[in-house]
Parts: sequence; structure tokens; C-alpha cells
Amino acid sequence: MTHDLSSLVLAQGDSWITFDVGAFVGNFWANTIDGLAYGSIYALVALGYTLVYGVLKLINFAHSEVFIYGAYAVWFTFFGLGFRSGATPELPVVELIGFLLLALIAAMAVSGGTAVLLERVAYRPLRKRGAPKLVFLITAIGASFVLQQILFIWRGGNAEQGIRLMRNEPVFKIFGADVTNVTIITVIASIVLMLAVNAFVNRTKFGRGIRAVAQDPDTATLMGVNKERVITLTFLIGGLLAGAAALFYMMKIPQGASYQGGFILGIKAFTAAVLGGIGNLRGALLGGLLLGVVENYGQSLFGGEWRDVVAFVLLVLILMVRPTGILGESLGKARV
Amino acid sequence: MTVTSTPPAATAPAKRKRPISDWWNNLPRVQQWLVLVPLVALIYLLPVLNPPIITTQPGYDFPIAMFEVSRYALVAIGLNIVVGQAGLLDLGYVGFFAVGAYVMALFTSPDSTLHKLPFLVVLPIAMVVTMIFGVILGTPTLRLRGDYLAIVTLGFGEIVRLLADNVDPLRGNRGFQSVGHPPGTNADGSPLFNNSDGTPWYWLCVTLIILVLFLVGNLERSRVGRAWVAIRDDEDAAEIMGLPTYKFKIWAFVSGAAVGGLSGALYAGQLGFVNNQKFDVVTSMLFLAAVILGGAGNKVGVLLGAIVVAYIPLRFQAIAEYKYLIFGLALIILMIFRPQGLLGARQRLLTYGRQAYQRLLGRGEQVSSDGSLASDPTGEKA
Repeated sequence: MTHDLSSLVLAQGDSWITFDVGAFVGNFWANTIDGLAYGSIYALVALGYTLVYGVLKLINFAHSEVFIYGAYAVWFTFFGLGFRSGATPELPVVELIGFLLLALIAAMAVSGGTAVLLERVAYRPLRKRGAPKLVFLITAIGASFVLQQILFIWRGGNAEQGIRLMRNEPVFKIFGADVTNVTIITVIASIVLMLAVNAFVNRTKFGRGIRAVAQDPDTATLMGVNKERVITLTFLIGGLLAGAAALFYMMKIPQGASYQGGFILGIKAFTAAVLGGIGNLRGALLGGLLLGVVENYGQSLFGGEWRDVVAFVLLVLILMVRPTGILGESLGKARV
Repeated sequence: MTVTSTPPAATAPAKRKRPISDWWNNLPRVQQWLVLVPLVALIYLLPVLNPPIITTQPGYDFPIAMFEVSRYALVAIGLNIVVGQAGLLDLGYVGFFAVGAYVMALFTSPDSTLHKLPFLVVLPIAMVVTMIFGVILGTPTLRLRGDYLAIVTLGFGEIVRLLADNVDPLRGNRGFQSVGHPPGTNADGSPLFNNSDGTPWYWLCVTLIILVLFLVGNLERSRVGRAWVAIRDDEDAAEIMGLPTYKFKIWAFVSGAAVGGLSGALYAGQLGFVNNQKFDVVTSMLFLAAVILGGAGNKVGVLLGAIVVAYIPLRFQAIAEYKYLIFGLALIILMIFRPQGLLGARQRLLTYGRQAYQRLLGRGEQVSSDGSLASDPTGEKA
């Protein structure tokens, strides 16, 4: 028996998992830059998890579907503008920016709308009844199922054909690694959006309301904060950011619109949120970037098929060692 | 089922009546057996009788459909230990199911490089290996609570699936052909347990369900079961009362895993083919839907839930495509209007406590099923 067991593991040589240190070292900077692009997408989605968790103490399991609805909105915008898969149009810069903004607005509107609708239909009735936390989570799972299946019934099981609006081509090099235009747009736009959300939460009256509810819902209500409106607003912001993330995701992976496409990304975004400290806006940024980079390192070290495993193992490790994340839970903490 | 129409406990705790269950619990053992034995016989005969309205033919072979239903029932019983009894939301239960199926395939399929062993020998091996996996997955994760635990188990379920995809000896999409089956031959010498005839598989599975129900029932009434209920209801309080909650949570995880592995092994044997396609998270959610729909914590409830989840898509083939949509909607609606499921968890322990109390005092002090004491003038006979 032992002989056979060892032959099970060693029969194929050690081909099923390899440590390709050469690829890891050789592609270090390329991986880092690419990882930052992925990471900023994760971070944008992660903000949705973090905001909702901060305010409601609920893991919005259906947030990944909010994201994928945005991806479909992007795809339909591209399709509706007359672009088809395979061709990469050489657009004038102004037109390109206009189209991308159009897709961004469409995606943000669809995702934001989905998130608010989800809150209204699924979570608000539960809140009125004062349901326990586990009930919220199961409802979230149910909602995720429903949103996913609507897409499946409508568009079928196959991913939509990828449509590119711009070529993903290198602009300049850092340490010998190409930095592409898509990477630049993704990273810069994500960071700008996140700074905007950070400013919104920390500087405006609505933001103060969000922080107040996150810290103590009852007291916030007594102080004249409209809790229901704050919760709707939180879902809306999360949805808008998921929509923006969907645009960058579709620019990076054009064939990304698939009814199941949100699931893995959702888990990773959640991992990012946990990594940085769920409920913490800056944590989501840090966690997202870190996860994107680590995942890429893992991919070059173990091979592409282990990419998702790296993310899940990281999730388990973080939760085991430090469940509150690197920066800790702190949406409610009064910060200037 | 009239039970489903009882008002929620929150509105009228003292007046709450459960006609069928009360009537049932007050019957003498002999009469319970008199009802149960014909019922079980009827359940066994189902694939042979092939009753007109219940049958899934011509759309789907009825005995195989019955096996599918019984397989879901077994899974639901296993998951119910984790989710219903101990209150640990496990979204990666399909991982245990997959481990059971793969162990069966690895030891019995000619595609595997391992020793070929008979089905009946591998069945307990599959359970033991799954239990080991339960310990491996439980040890690091069960220190977490609630949402975090749910997400981590989800991650573990995905890790198991991705391993099946990527680890070469597990053969990914190619899978294992002609997985073993139990011994026995028909009169003409062909194997009794084959993948075209579901009846023997159904009988085997129902027998195992009855066996597991007995074991789990005893476990629930034991110290372990009471510890689980305590953890489910208030983990902090249980911890403070000196209960080693972590240990008992691992026990729940491992017991649930064993049943999951058992049903996975049966599934592999009946289908005769195992590859990486059937163990995704969606399946895990369907398992969970069975438990939550029926009523987590209630054995009869989860059996009902499993029957609903497995049987309806097979019987009504037209809606089979929409089954995930329907169960998703059902979960949302149920959580809003009846969060405890179709048949809510019943506190049998409190019932025993009440009987003991009444025997001691000889009068009608009644403990309602949500645990509050209420005097009931008509409670003399209860």
C-alpha cells in the first residue's frame, strides 16, 4: 500500500506542482506591475464589501454579482457602440475617452442600481424584522444565486465574446518591465476613485453619517442621522465602485463577462478587504494591491493554474493569523 | 403538512401547539413502530411501485431519481450536524463530498495507480479519510465565527475543487472510469449494482440513511449533542460555562464530514465516473439550500428539504433549468417570512426536561418549545 501511495504522488515525477524560482525572479517586476493593475480592481470591489460591512456588519455575498452586472453593462455599451470582438479599432484619443466614460457611466449606473435594489428587496425586510446575522448571510447567498441565474437564463452559460476598445500596449518600461496603457489607466483611475471615496467618507456630512452609523447605529439615529438613507447610500457607493472596477476588468480581460465571472473575483475582493482589515477604507486599497501582487508572484512561482489557490490559501492564512486584517476594522473610528 | 402552518414562536409562545409532533411524541413506542414500519417499507418499495403521480418517468428514470433524492437526503443529514446542530455555517461542504468520491475512485477505479480494493472496504476508508480532512479543515478555521467561518469554508471548498483540477494524479477533467460498486450479481450474472439500475443503490442508500439517523440521533441526545445545541444558541455562554467549544465544534465538523464522505463515495459508485465537474460551489449552495429550506436542526425537516431540492427538478423537467433561480428565490423569501425553515428546529431536550419536571411535580407546568416557562391549565396530560 505504501508503495502505491508513494507512486500516486511521484508517478508523474513532481510535475503537478513545481517551484519555478527562475520565472519568479525573472518576471518579478512585470508581475509586480501587472499585480498592481489586478490589485486596484480588487481594491475597488473590496471597498464595496468594506463599506457595507462597516455599516451593517454584513458580508454582502451578492456584491460579486453587483460587479458582474457592471461588466455586462460595459459589454453592452461596447457592443451597442458598434464594436465587435476580434477587431481592435484605432480610435482618436478624444473619442476613445468619450466611449470609455460612457461605458464607465453605464457600468456605474447598472451596478449602483443593482446594489440599491438588492438592499431594498433582500436586506431591508430582514432589518425591519430584526433578523439574526446568519439569516442575512443566507439571504445574501440566495440573492447571489438569483442574480447569477437571471444572467444565466438571459445570456446563457458561455462568456460573452471579448470586445476591446483599445490595444493593451506598452507605454514605457520600469526595471525592464512593460507598463501598458491599460495598467496606467486602471491604477491611476482606481486610486483617484478611492481617494474620492475616502474624502467623501471623511469630509462630507453624508460621510460623517456613514461613520456615525458604523460606530453606533442607535446613537447615530438619536443624533438625527437617517440610518436607512445612510445604508442605501453605502450600498450605492459600493455599487458605483464595483461598476468602475467592472470597466477596468473588461479592459484588462475582455472576455470577462460571464454569469459566473463575478464569483472568483468577489472572493478575491473579499480576501483583499479582509487582508487590509474589513471595514477599513485604506485597508481595502492596501489589501487589494497586496493580493494582486502576491497572486501574481504565486502564479509565476507555481504556475498559472495555482493562481486562485494562492488567493484562497492567503484568505485562510490571514483569517487564522489576524482576522481583523493588517490595519484593523475601523470605519467607525473617528478619524480626521 | 399542518405543522408548517403553526404561528411563529415570537407571536404566541404560550399557545404554541404542534399537533402532529405532540401527538407523535405522546404515542407509546409500540404505536410509533406500528406507524413507522409500514412507512419505511413503503419508502423501500417506492422504486418498485413507481406510483403514477410521483414518478419522474418518462423524463427521468425513476429508481435513479429516487437514488438521487436519497443521496441528497444523506448529504442533508450530514450538513445538518454542522449547520443545524452546531450552528456552523459551512459553505464548502461539497469539499467533503468530493473527498469521499475521490477516495472511492482512487481505490477502486482501474484508471488509478493505487491498489484495487472492493467497494465495501473503501466505503469506511472514504469516511475515515474525509474525517481526517474534516480535522485538517476544522482545526484552523473553527476558531473563527459566523461570517468569517462561512467565507473560509467557502475558500476551502474551492481549494478542494482547484486541487482536483490541478493535481495530476486526480486526473482533472478526464476523471476516473468504472469506479467500483458493491458485490452481488443478478440471476443472469450481471452485477446487481450497476449504473443503469438505481433500485439497489436506493435501497443501500436508504439503509445507510436509517443507520446514520440512528447514530446521529443518539449523538444528539448525548453530551456531545447537548454541547452542540449550547454552542449554536450562545457560544459565549457555552464557553463561559466551561464547555470546550472548540473541541465540540471540531467534533461536529468531523461527524458531518464523515457523512458527506459517505454520500460522496456512494455517488461515485453509482455514477461509475468521477471527475472535477460536479464539485463546484453551486452544488454546495444547493446542499445548504436543502438544509435551510427544510429547517436547520430538525432531522425530519432537512430530509423534507433534501427531497424538495433533489426531487422537484427531476420531476418537473421543464423547470430543471431554473432550479438554482427557484432555490435562490426560495431562500430569500423563506429568510424574510420564516427564517427557521419549513419545519423549525425542535427542542427535544426541553421536551424531555418538561416530562421529567411534570413527573416530579405531577402538575401542568409547561415549557414551551422556545424554552419559556408558562403555566397551562390544560397541560395535565402533556
